[in-house]
Amino acid sequence: MEPETIKALIGRTHAVILAHAEELTDLDQAIGDGDHGINMKRGFDAIAAAADTIAELPCGKALEKAGMTLVMSVGGASGPLYGSLLMAMGKAMPAEPASPGDFANAFQAGVEAVMKRGKSQGGEKTMLEVLLPVAASLKDADALDIGALRETADEGLASTKDMKATKGRASFLGERSIGHLDPGARSSALLIHAVCDVIEGK
Amino acid sequence: MSNFVGIVIVSHSPNVAKGTADMVREMVGDEVKVAYCGGNADGGLGTDVATIHNAIDSVFGAQGVAVLVDLGGAETNSEMAIEMMDEERQKKIVICNAPIVEGAVMAATEAAGGGSLDEVRATAEEFLS
Repeated sequence: MEPETIKALIGRTHAVILAHAEELTDLDQAIGDGDHGINMKRGFDAIAAAADTIAELPCGKALEKAGMTLVMSVGGASGPLYGSLLMAMGKAMPAEPASPGDFANAFQAGVEAVMKRGKSQGGEKTMLEVLLPVAASLKDADALDIGALRETADEGLASTKDMKATKGRASFLGERSIGHLDPGARSSALLIHAVCDVIEGK
Repeated sequence: MSNFVGIVIVSHSPNVAKGTADMVREMVGDEVKVAYCGGNADGGLGTDVATIHNAIDSVFGAQGVAVLVDLGGAETNSEMAIEMMDEERQKKIVICNAPIVEGAVMAATEAAGGGSLDEVRATAEEFLS
């Protein structure tokens, strides 16, 4: 992958997280501990600061490095969760990713790492509500369909609203968690849209 | 090397972490090594993988280390810190499923009595049952 593409991915994801940090914090204050926006901002600031180094690496190594940067900088549970996603994707990525299938397989490996790290199978009002259907849609598609990918992410996010949280801090709220979007699902959807933006050349 | 299981306290709050360690020292004494950490890299509420890693490292001995955590991210970040240790060490580090203050005092009491890592964890976790 070209260094310019990696830089564009870092720039776009960073910009999206910055633009929505307050929204993520508001969502998290409703059902969590209110630090998701500031934690994600800290993590993506750190990745942006290392962008030049990361962009020189092969695609898999760049993902691993970005993941490790999140782990070491975020300070909340989202660090190890997003960090595991990127690190497992990086490990599963072939040295010269050639087909959409290579990316689909790597993303699947990343999502499995999130499930393992978070001890969740989905259906528990978490980021997995977005990541699992996106992984499935990537796997099932013959060709990359950006529109479908965006739609899948949005539907997954919307599905968290009426779910009752049984995982993470939101589970302490029980029934009262119903009616709120999950902040982790929101940040996952934002990041998927950001990657789609880069693929579409926006 | 210490003959006792080491104790590591990981809280989102530096004050809770320090206060818990103070209680352990006061109630159990100094023979068990206790390390504590709290706060993210910016000094706000949160936990930090590198700091947890160093805390575990600072009390690691032949008997291993029991880690007590408070909420969500403290556990996830502690798991991450443990996975960054070499494999032989990883086998000798456990995260106790116990309330942080009570668990730390119980774990340190068991450790001070010469308990094994499994015994220390079991004693800390008795609080839940």
